[in-house]
Amino acid sequence: MQKNKKCIAMLLAGGQGSRLLALTTKVAKPAVSFGGKYRIIDFPLSNCTNSKIDTVGVLTQYQPLILNDYIGNGAPWDLDRNYGGVHILPPYQAKDKSAWYLGTANAIYQNIDFIKNYHSDHVIILSGDHIYKMDYADMLEYHIERNADCTIATLEVTYEEASRFGIMNTDPDMNILEFEEKPKVPKNNQASMGIYIFKTDKLIKYLEEDNEVVDSAHDFGKNIIPNMLDNKEHMVAYPFKGYWKDVGTIESLWIANMDLLGDNPNFDLYNPYWKIHSRISGGTPQYLGENAKIENSIISGGCQVLGKVVNSVIGSNVIIEEGAIVENSVVFNNTVIKKNAHVAYVILDEDVVVGENAKVGEVDATTKEITVIGRGYEVEANKVIGKALNIEREVK
Amino acid sequence: MGAAGIIFSDGKFGQIDELVRKRTEASIPFGGRYRLVDFALSNMVNADITQVAIIAKRNYQSLMDHIGSGKDWDLSRRNGGVVIFPPFGNYKSGNVYGNQLEALQGIIGFITKCPEENIILTECDSVNTIDYTDVLNQHEDTNADITLIYKELEPQEIHEEYLVVDTDEHGRVKKASMIKEINGVQKAVINAWVIKRKLLQTLLSEAASKGATSIEQEFIINNISSLRIFGYNYTGVFLANNSMEQYYANNMALLNEEVRKQVLEVCPIYTKVRDSAPTKYGKNAVVKNSFIADGCIIEGTVENSILFRGVKIGKDTVVRNCILMQDTMVLENVKLNAVVTDKNVTIRSHQELSGCAKLPYYVAKNMMI
Repeated sequence: MQKNKKCIAMLLAGGQGSRLLALTTKVAKPAVSFGGKYRIIDFPLSNCTNSKIDTVGVLTQYQPLILNDYIGNGAPWDLDRNYGGVHILPPYQAKDKSAWYLGTANAIYQNIDFIKNYHSDHVIILSGDHIYKMDYADMLEYHIERNADCTIATLEVTYEEASRFGIMNTDPDMNILEFEEKPKVPKNNQASMGIYIFKTDKLIKYLEEDNEVVDSAHDFGKNIIPNMLDNKEHMVAYPFKGYWKDVGTIESLWIANMDLLGDNPNFDLYNPYWKIHSRISGGTPQYLGENAKIENSIISGGCQVLGKVVNSVIGSNVIIEEGAIVENSVVFNNTVIKKNAHVAYVILDEDVVVGENAKVGEVDATTKEITVIGRGYEVEANKVIGKALNIEREVK
Repeated sequence: MGAAGIIFSDGKFGQIDELVRKRTEASIPFGGRYRLVDFALSNMVNADITQVAIIAKRNYQSLMDHIGSGKDWDLSRRNGGVVIFPPFGNYKSGNVYGNQLEALQGIIGFITKCPEENIILTECDSVNTIDYTDVLNQHEDTNADITLIYKELEPQEIHEEYLVVDTDEHGRVKKASMIKEINGVQKAVINAWVIKRKLLQTLLSEAASKGATSIEQEFIINNISSLRIFGYNYTGVFLANNSMEQYYANNMALLNEEVRKQVLEVCPIYTKVRDSAPTKYGKNAVVKNSFIADGCIIEGTVENSILFRGVKIGKDTVVRNCILMQDTMVLENVKLNAVVTDKNVTIRSHQELSGCAKLPYYVAKNMMI
């Protein structure tokens, strides 16, 4: 006999994230590095832990190997539990069918037995590609207080941005009257953050109904939410205030990293009451050499910096040799920047080597167009690679 | 073959008074993020030893907190793993153990139950990277009853209470004594032994019946001819921490790339994982030749220093030649030179503190200046 869970989480982590170019050639978007030692999925997972949600299903599909390894038994997020904990849920073969996840709703539908197993009253749906800190417990309390069938977290965006999001039109009590997916002329600027809490029985009902519809996109935003609205289910918006960034593009990923820097950063990683957990344990302390120069940067454990680092975010075990300059860049784990190399406005993926005297990115100009160097790529010595490029190893 | 480990959390001698006021020797912080016990434990883990007992005595709360379930050393196991044995009062006297023989007698249950053939006995007083796989191979090849791990040390490096041995051409110990000769390099046993488990049981019960107090006298010196006692020549890095001066110098030695590699990169050194964010450097930070752990926020100047996790350095502050332990907070406009701050120290603005390498200025745990 086990105690029933109040709320379990389903975390959608199967997306490819093709707009992240070389960064997602080998890894799913949620496993892309962020903020030095973190990966994007650390944020929703840590939010779960900090919100006392101890059961999380992670739905994977695209390039899951690194993500699977990273999540492992969930111990870094305290999600290695006797009952509950984190579970990786890949697509599987069934008795008379086998299918890839066809859409966000279909992915959850295929794992309906996982949800039923825990007899939870509510299910929270999360996605693995946003950087934010949010107390889901607070949202859950709101959802229960309002006795909602579905609660959707919303964020105020500018009207220009609004046409990229699902927009919620509500009455003054935040009851949702209308939901428009990516409207050309938005009536409102309350955007859906892709975070939903459902009453479990309603979720199951609508997922099962949606599964019967042949031409459905099996998507929460396009199908499930509109169907529920049509049926006059009680749906409310939960207005969220705080930092939230969809890091789906190279530019937004770079900006979100830069948001960590400065005296009063837009996004603060140092709050002891809302720690972001990560599998990377930090490695040895970092060594900064006699001639090192570090300015306005974040540097992770195990690094050795002998050169200059300005306005940059550096991952674990990175080596920056004598005379090398790293400016306005994001460097992922285990990358090496050799002597007198110069990188600026670049995202260097893991295990990259930048050869001696090489120049990568926009070393002198100011258009801030980011160059991406993919996982394991070796930039030869003395080579010059310009701005706004996407360089990766040939995939065999 | 195979071995279980026993680590004494307090050494026989030479503890650093200042640092052990509030903690056992094993949990003295070292090298930016480690504690002394990490080196002894990691050496064992790196030799695939999965059953380890730590015998505690002095204030061991910090040790319990540090070790936890042992997961960070991969020693949280269904079978074996790491166990801490706190001291206990005897039903007659109420006193806890007074020497290592009594300490071992106190955990005779653990020793008897171990399935392994050998026991490694070690202290945490030095930082070393003993390869126990190699030691155990030699122990087996020589069919030794006891293998003493020694290092050839200059007279000035030898602590007066080290056991010193002489060996023949086969490595067998011919002479052992606690009395030092003044001249020349000597083979000093660095408080690490391998002993056959059954023999340890026998020797312990004999020692108990005689009321013996010195483990060296009872096990080694008295048995030179009757037991097969061998020496193992350890040639790796050896940083003994028997005084504040040595402790300071040993930490500073990590600023040297060669030493850093020998200590931290020969084999992985495991420690308790703390979820710290990466270290952040402000717009006016100046940092040179320093070894800095995760979770620090640095806005001032740091030179030739070791910073533990979560240290904060304020604006216009200059820190030189310092060791600042976990969560030390140095506010603005402070000057520190050759200062060792213990955990959770706060130095308020506009202070100047200075020591020297021989006598670093030590600020005790939780102090606010």
